[in-house]
Amino acid sequence: MKFKFWGVRGSIPTPGPNTVKYGGNTTCIEIRTNDNDLIILDAGTGIHALAQTLLREMPVKAHIFITHTHWDHIQGLPFFIPIFIPNNQIKIYGGLDPVTNESINRALSVQLQYSFFPIREAQLNARMDYFTIKPGEPIHIGAAKITPIVLSHPVLNFGYRIDCDDRSLFFTGDYEPQLNIHDPQDEEYAEFQTYVDAKRQEVILAMKGVDALIIDSSYTSAEYASKQGWGHGTYDSAIKLAADAQVKKLFFTHHEPTRSDTELDVLFQTLLKNNPATGFDLMLAQEGAEVSL
Amino acid sequence: MAALDHEKLIAYVEKMPAFPKSVQQVVHLSSDLNASAKDIVHVIECDPVMTVKILKTINSAFYGLPNKITSVQRAVVHIGLNTIKNLALAVAAMGMLNRKNKAHFNTDDFLLHALTTAAISRMLAERMGLSSSECSDGFVAGLLHDFGKAVFAEFMPEEFRSALEKSKALQLPLQQTELEFIGLNHAQAGKILAEKWSLSEPLSDAIAHHHSPEVGSNPLRDCIFAANQISKHLHFGNAGNPVIEPFPDFMITRFGLPLVLLLDELGDLHAVENEALAFVRG
Repeated sequence: MKFKFWGVRGSIPTPGPNTVKYGGNTTCIEIRTNDNDLIILDAGTGIHALAQTLLREMPVKAHIFITHTHWDHIQGLPFFIPIFIPNNQIKIYGGLDPVTNESINRALSVQLQYSFFPIREAQLNARMDYFTIKPGEPIHIGAAKITPIVLSHPVLNFGYRIDCDDRSLFFTGDYEPQLNIHDPQDEEYAEFQTYVDAKRQEVILAMKGVDALIIDSSYTSAEYASKQGWGHGTYDSAIKLAADAQVKKLFFTHHEPTRSDTELDVLFQTLLKNNPATGFDLMLAQEGAEVSL
Repeated sequence: MAALDHEKLIAYVEKMPAFPKSVQQVVHLSSDLNASAKDIVHVIECDPVMTVKILKTINSAFYGLPNKITSVQRAVVHIGLNTIKNLALAVAAMGMLNRKNKAHFNTDDFLLHALTTAAISRMLAERMGLSSSECSDGFVAGLLHDFGKAVFAEFMPEEFRSALEKSKALQLPLQQTELEFIGLNHAQAGKILAEKWSLSEPLSDAIAHHHSPEVGSNPLRDCIFAANQISKHLHFGNAGNPVIEPFPDFMITRFGLPLVLLLDELGDLHAVENEALAFVRG
């Protein structure tokens, strides 16, 4: 199994001279199994460049797993060119939104409306299939097994574990571990903490021992102080999770949109200095980088 | 006799709005960027309608909880605060329960009874040494034990009014007159709904048998049975049932004391009433 980052930026695309190295496209990860089955995690703007490469291998059969429906994770769907070409098969997987009760097909249909896009849903020529998936119930695609888990974010968000060819990968989507909402002196604090601890154990188990953990680490711990509840994790929380889950490689992604290449490099050097003996590799996710597991 | 059937009952609850104070609070807190998470969660936890609608959603197979949960706080940890907040807002958008209904059933007094029963039930569960999650089940069981009555008042007001009036005039248990006029009493309705909402077995059993303490053995049921009698005895709110049921012998054994002595031991419960009053009337 191998994977490639096509988009690593959080929230909004950030093209320009300051993001040339790590890239400005929003989330998209291409996974190829040893049998060359194509699994795509999220459809941010990075999926457009991925689509260009797929035009060489028609007909395309793509399995797109959406972590959540925030714009930066679905914005590229209408620009995923294979959806317009006959004989392609595009399968889109995601959760059932508990608030709207809408399935994942809405992530595309909501964009293909007169006011927002020139092409209508009925004009898609590929065979489109949508699947509502459930946490803890694996999907099998060829040799790959994809297992979703609920990870807290301001909208329903799935982390995905992919096991394939004796290798494994976990991607969090956007994830802010829920902190205790009570103050330590509150009566409810202890009970709430048992729920926080139990959820953490569930998350660690889902990531356990993966070869690559790709995790939302938008903020430094200092920045996080003013961004609690925004739905994103920190470099430090990512390192702690990776250590507890005993992963092999940790990739920080969802780079904060105002963060320049230089700032990312400086941040990363500091992280390496402060975490000299983690027992696993630390890496910044970089657009275009390909990793064989 | 109208004979309320299961499907109708479940359909009524789908359409059922929440209590006025919590609807106002949820809307108010959700428009305040600085509102604290615990304030929002507290409002939801004190409203039986919002609580059940959130638990029902989160417990569905789409959200991957291996065990059914009964705690809104746990739902927050699992899926995130914003989703829970928006589920509550969706309930708030359905409007609010009528304070004045044709059944002449005062929903403020009802909520006061539910909240005090919930708080006392949790105290009793703690006193019994149950685990923290069982104690929080004790609160939820107390909050929801009379839920059926709120449904009757909103959707079958004439029949429920007759049941209330006959119960009051003849000092009969309300669950008996409900059976006569509605064909189903609030404990039976509660059981049907608890099963529909996938509440845990002990919780569903506690609601089903809170007027039949002789059936089976369930510490949670005993907590709400006792809390219910205490709340009625102290006139904390009013849920329309004039009859205070005596503790059966095994219940005295369970708590080590009969009702009056248990009351003494629990001390002054007016703090419980005041806290509930602050929520209901605020």
